[in-house]
Amino acid sequence: MIRTAMVGLGKMGLSHLAILRAHPALEVVAGCDSSAYLTDILSKYSGLKCHADFDRMLDEEKLDALVVATPSKLHATMVEAALKRGLHVFCEKPFVLDVADGQRLVAMAEAKGLVNQVGYHFRFVGAFKEAARLVKAGVLGAVHHVRIEAFGPVVLRPKGATWRSAKSEGGGALYDYACHAIDLVNFVVGAPAAVDGVVRRGIFSRDVDDEVYCTLRYADGASGQLSVNWSDESFRKMSTKISVWGTHGRITADRQECQIFLRELHPALPDASKGWTVRYTTDLTEEVWYYLRGEEYSAQIDYFAESIVKGRTQGENTFRSALEADRIVSMITGQSVGNPPPPGAQAVRKGVLARMFK
Amino acid sequence: MDRVLFGDNQFFGVNHMSEDKARAQAMHFQTTQAIIDVLDAAHQEGIRTFMCTTHDRMSEICDYFRANRDRYPDYKFYPCMPYAHKYANAVTEHGMIEALRMFLPQGGAMSAMLKGGVALAGKDVETIMQLLIDAEMKMFHDLDTPVVFMQNVITDLLLGLRMNDTFRMFHDHVRKKYQAEPGFITMNVPRLLDVLDSLGIENPIVCANINKIGFRMCGGKEHYEQTIATRRFRPVAMSVLASGAIAPREAIEYVCRQPRVEAIVFGASSRGNIRQTKALIDELSINQGAA
Repeated sequence: MIRTAMVGLGKMGLSHLAILRAHPALEVVAGCDSSAYLTDILSKYSGLKCHADFDRMLDEEKLDALVVATPSKLHATMVEAALKRGLHVFCEKPFVLDVADGQRLVAMAEAKGLVNQVGYHFRFVGAFKEAARLVKAGVLGAVHHVRIEAFGPVVLRPKGATWRSAKSEGGGALYDYACHAIDLVNFVVGAPAAVDGVVRRGIFSRDVDDEVYCTLRYADGASGQLSVNWSDESFRKMSTKISVWGTHGRITADRQECQIFLRELHPALPDASKGWTVRYTTDLTEEVWYYLRGEEYSAQIDYFAESIVKGRTQGENTFRSALEADRIVSMITGQSVGNPPPPGAQAVRKGVLARMFK
Repeated sequence: MDRVLFGDNQFFGVNHMSEDKARAQAMHFQTTQAIIDVLDAAHQEGIRTFMCTTHDRMSEICDYFRANRDRYPDYKFYPCMPYAHKYANAVTEHGMIEALRMFLPQGGAMSAMLKGGVALAGKDVETIMQLLIDAEMKMFHDLDTPVVFMQNVITDLLLGLRMNDTFRMFHDHVRKKYQAEPGFITMNVPRLLDVLDSLGIENPIVCANINKIGFRMCGGKEHYEQTIATRRFRPVAMSVLASGAIAPREAIEYVCRQPRVEAIVFGASSRGNIRQTKALIDELSINQGAA
């Protein structure tokens, strides 16, 4: 059994805790949260041994792995403390708020050969996996544009009382919501080299962003658009959609379905015809041993456990991979400058020329 | 329990297969009248039990049924609580403890508010749960609610967290205060049954996905089939069409073939679909010799 501890027992933490405790290969030996109220209830009604002090928990418990689900500001210190003790680490997104911290932690995890994974669960959603697979296989030809949208009804009022409304804590739609969308783009088409046309606005929030828009620039000349708004009540819950345009067609995917329009057939989709093929979550989702809110939450924990058993340190959602999203966030905030492609680089022209001279 | 129960996903923009379809339905069912028209259509097809979440909009539906008792003398509601997004959004906005406080009695009798405050301060989970159940049940006052369900997000969260006593608390309060049968909606049937067995909760009503393609049947289709055949509980089948992935006749034939499935819950938005589904269930239930 993989002896695991959890730190951070808020909304996501409790969901992770339930999944971890239901996993056959993981033994949750202890939990930690700053809220004594919560840990009292948990220890009394669920029998979980709880600590108030994170460092003491790491000192006192014999552990193999740690799951971090605390507010984003605390990720870096806690991940570092765990890596120093030789623990495998699963950390909620965003990985870190400061790219320099992230680089240091990537190096540490890799040097120590520890399993490291970040909670970008969209990479475990069947419809998004299918989109990534098809784009990688080249069914769209030369990709020239990607659009990623994430909308939800998270902040609809001026009053904000939690860490999510505090900039210093890593709150705001950019750090908390947009990072999912950014990582999804990285997953499906790759990470952009630069961003521009950034719009960041608090609609109801005073201190943080409620919406973020920008243009993405790829090294090969392709472009992208990011649109994120977590103050839209017309959405019942978080809704993320990605569309990818290429010379051979288009793919649009959300959590439930992957819609593919092909101008030409491709071996990666043997059953498709020209025109529309729609693949649904019922076709694309692999069964999980325990379900809570979505297969992807269980699948990512199962992946983490499997990585530890197999010694897989280069799998999906590593710190290194997740840091790419943090880099793009820092480009959006203007903290760093990306590598804008040279003028005149145009993906489509390259693609068309390449085909002419095939 | 009636054999055929009517579900509410289509009314509140929930469609597990397609977000676009979900949105179209949310637009169509903006008005209470649109919802009532569909419930009427179902009623005319002989469906008189509505299995519904405790969405805020349900209180208008309840008002209508209270005001029109004569038209629906035999109508029953099976409340499913809580409507998870209501709580999740509150937790995101206010944090966990403040959100809990918001859902405990805020107005009305001073004693209720005090009771909530004391329970919250004393971490008296049983009282907190009773008060939350009472808050969720309020909209159904003076309506017939013979079965009260725990919604699957909560069931499966408590199941995973191993807070097993909460199932007994729910069970006892629903029985004692509402003289109703408690039910549990879950995506993890075998695991839940083990826990309910250990608590001495006998022959529970359990609502879960039961469909031909094994969609969201944790433990696998064969395991579910075996569980249904051999363990003592009262299965209610949902997602029998797997959100549209299985053709109706094939889908219903599979579910009716399982022994002892007591009821089937489905949702639809057109009279045609309601009629077709009900007719198929009636036809295929008789053929299987089911009740």
